[in-house]
Amino acid sequence: MATDTEHARDTHAEGEAHEEHWTDLQYIKLAILLAVVTAVEVWLSYAKDDLGPVFLPALLILMAFKFFAVVLFFMHLRFDNRLFSILFYMGLGLAVGVYIVALFTFQFFAP
Amino acid sequence: MADAAVHAPAHGHDDHAAHHTSTGLSNNKLAMWLFLGSECLLFGGLISTYMLYRGRHSENLGPDQVWDIPFTSASSFVLLMSSLTMVLAVTAAKRRDDRNTNLWLTVTALLGSLFVAGQIYEFTTFYREGLGYTTSLFSSSFYTLTGFHGVHVTVGVIILLSVVGMIMRRKTADDKSELVELVGLYWHFVDVVWILIFTLVYLIPA
Repeated sequence: MATDTEHARDTHAEGEAHEEHWTDLQYIKLAILLAVVTAVEVWLSYAKDDLGPVFLPALLILMAFKFFAVVLFFMHLRFDNRLFSILFYMGLGLAVGVYIVALFTFQFFAP
Repeated sequence: MADAAVHAPAHGHDDHAAHHTSTGLSNNKLAMWLFLGSECLLFGGLISTYMLYRGRHSENLGPDQVWDIPFTSASSFVLLMSSLTMVLAVTAAKRRDDRNTNLWLTVTALLGSLFVAGQIYEFTTFYREGLGYTTSLFSSSFYTLTGFHGVHVTVGVIILLSVVGMIMRRKTADDKSELVELVGLYWHFVDVVWILIFTLVYLIPA
């Protein structure tokens, strides 16, 4: 019983350690940043001929930045209990893994 | 275990149900994250299918001919801003500020509706240009992917308006932060899926 109690306290302590909250102003600043990044993405799509091989990696990096900014901060995954992160990243990792293999199978990445 | 429940201190927004669960976390929130993890597989499949078939179209009805990037960029901006208004609704709910919670939830629903209206307009335009659902493998996979996303946004708008109605009629618990947060998680997920679709489908040329 004591072990259960300690376990519950540990779980709570872990949850508390991540318990942080942003102010409304911080969320607004992040949203502005994401809007600017979106504008840069659109600009990149018009300048793809000038950018050459840099175009695709740059676009994918900006996309990943926006994705994780929303997941970590707007969805609070950075501040919440680790178990939530495990559940979400398990699904995300499985999806990315399975479908990249599927795309390889169909020779999507072949030149 | 009963001891654990009794002695567990009350902290944070997971605590509404935390006293009654073995993990000390809200089961509702766990279920929502598990659902969102499984949704990654659904949209992963749809995006991959589109990537495979995006080159399978006739010469004059491909992505380069039909996309209207400025219009879709504006739609993306609208959905991105709806994520901001959603997070403002969540913080207002945590402050137990019902007025601002309702206000931001309503603004989020309106922005979501604007996005769906834009998508309907886009689909109509494409259809008039000759791009039907069965025109090509490209069009089938495109409409299926963006249509599924549009349905998710529509469901989100319905849920948002339902929560606003419940709060106005006082049919929710006194502390409604978890309810609003769960709706928020779903809404933000719909937004992150669009972040992927916007880049992979619209901005990267076929």
